[in-house]
Amino acid sequence: MPEPTSPSASSRPTVATAPASTTAPAVARTKTSPYPIEHFVADPDETPVRATDSVVSDVAPRSLWGEAWRSLRKQPLFLISSILILGVIFVALFPGIFTHEPPNENCLLANSDGGPTAGHPLGFTVQGCDILSRVVHGTRSSLTVGLFATLGVVLIGGLIGALAGFFGGWVDAILARVGDIFFALPLILGAIVVVQLPVFQQNRNVWTLVVILVAFGWPQIARITRAAVIEVRNADFVTAARSLGVSPLGALVKHVIPNALAPVIVIATISLGTFIVAESTLSFLGIGLPPDVMSWGNDIFSAKPSLRSNPMAIFWPGLALSITVLSFIMLGDALRDALDPKARKR
Amino acid sequence: MAWYIVRRFLQLIPVFLGATLLVYFLVFSLPGDATAAICGERGCTPAVIAGLREQYNLDQPFWIQYLLYLKGVVTFDLGTNFSGRPIATIIAEVFPTTAKLAIMALVIEAVFGIAFGLIAGLRKGKLFDSSVLVLSLIVIAVPIFVLGFLMQFLIGVKLQWTNPTVSGDATFTELLLPAVVLGLVSFAYVLRLTRTSIIENVNADYVRTATAKGLSRKRVVVVHVLRNSLIPVVTFLGADLGALMGGAIVTEGIFNVNGVGNTLYRAVLNGDGPMVVSIVTFLILIFCLANLLVDLLYAWLDPRIRYA
Repeated sequence: MPEPTSPSASSRPTVATAPASTTAPAVARTKTSPYPIEHFVADPDETPVRATDSVVSDVAPRSLWGEAWRSLRKQPLFLISSILILGVIFVALFPGIFTHEPPNENCLLANSDGGPTAGHPLGFTVQGCDILSRVVHGTRSSLTVGLFATLGVVLIGGLIGALAGFFGGWVDAILARVGDIFFALPLILGAIVVVQLPVFQQNRNVWTLVVILVAFGWPQIARITRAAVIEVRNADFVTAARSLGVSPLGALVKHVIPNALAPVIVIATISLGTFIVAESTLSFLGIGLPPDVMSWGNDIFSAKPSLRSNPMAIFWPGLALSITVLSFIMLGDALRDALDPKARKR
Repeated sequence: MAWYIVRRFLQLIPVFLGATLLVYFLVFSLPGDATAAICGERGCTPAVIAGLREQYNLDQPFWIQYLLYLKGVVTFDLGTNFSGRPIATIIAEVFPTTAKLAIMALVIEAVFGIAFGLIAGLRKGKLFDSSVLVLSLIVIAVPIFVLGFLMQFLIGVKLQWTNPTVSGDATFTELLLPAVVLGLVSFAYVLRLTRTSIIENVNADYVRTATAKGLSRKRVVVVHVLRNSLIPVVTFLGADLGALMGGAIVTEGIFNVNGVGNTLYRAVLNGDGPMVVSIVTFLILIFCLANLLVDLLYAWLDPRIRYA
């Protein structure tokens, strides 16, 4: 019986690790080395092979979003915040279900700053209106401003940031400088300056406020998008797409943006809360939404003078505002953990 | 180092010019009469309006207006507001109060934020950590004016520990409550930043080395972990100083502090364009300088950043 052509010439019991290693590489090595190569590998009996994850090749691997969804489902923070947000949206859509009292009628000055009575569980405002009804009906304008301001900021800031990050060069330089200029002017400060102008005072409504918030809020999203796009821009799959003949714009839209979206979504969720706060801050200062629009900020503004006699008139809209903002911030936190593990340190 | 400072300083100039140009354009060049606020409901005669427009350079083309304004900023001659008082005098009058308020808020948020963040970071996952985290989320979510009113009502009106509003003297004890309110939101951010930074550094190799050398736990934590964890925190605090100045609008309004924010708010309500532009310019300048300070501080704290 001829000796096997194993590299082990000695009498020690040695075992080749895997069939692959004994073939081509081993042969190649024996050719370059003048000495016989010995492998000292423990028997499988001594160190048993551990169980490994099975590879299922007939199912597509989970995407970033699928992976994120799996981890999100298990997070209490995500569950609580999404239930709260769905609740707030429901209240904004169907305020009539939660209160039968119309918000601006049945206001009797006799009830001014009155405490809770039957049918009016939260008491009355200084104008004698039902607080519960005003809080419930105020949900819609706050949410509308927050939602559309965020949408506008993501569209404008996202577009500018993506262009700056993807094309770089002078486009980036100009857009970055413009962003810096807006950055030196904080959101609330800029909004206060603009809101008082005659142009806006004459058409005060939800939409002009959204325009102002977008005008001063876009640089933050632009910065985040730019950073995310730069990170993805040089990835192999983008180079592959480009070399297959995809145009730069096509690569940006089809390959870069979808993969740079995660941090943008996280910041957008959090800034939705910030915009709701900004709206109510401006309304609270008396220069946001006009007085005939019901909003939490307006209610807090009008309850200000009677703080000492009727603090609850400030407390309830303040509570509604805080819970709404809290739920968006919590959702953003949960999304960040799920989508953007690297950013967790912030 | 000197070259680095000069370079950073030069980079500020276009930002400052751009931001002031933006504000000046918004206030004086959007449709609507910028002098309307002086005349009130009944309006002025055309001759008076023409005189006012000449006084505030509004009869000039926009670029000349802006350059004249810049000349005023550089020579500290900011002109007069719509009631005829010199703007520079007003700012000099109210700025010390706001500066005091902002610095007090900064100290409060730094001391408590770092202390709580350090303890929470060292006890990651324990009861203290999770409760502090939840608390910080709530503080971030509750708008500052709600928080301000609540504190004013509870501490000022109900418990009567301090005056609910601040008098003209703005003494230290009077400013304490507004400073706490002003610093609360940033306190939550400082806390979270310190906590994550500590958690990141506590398992670093140099910490293990320090422990292996036989240093006491206290020395390892204070000298090695904390010092290295503070770099991002200090940067945040520096940038926050500028934000606090602007953020004082709401807080000063609630507590009736006679500061920059309150003056700006009154000017906004009165439609006093020159006053608004001057104060915002002043705030932008402070914001830019604070950012410059942060850059220098960052470079000084973190040797990995080259002054190249």
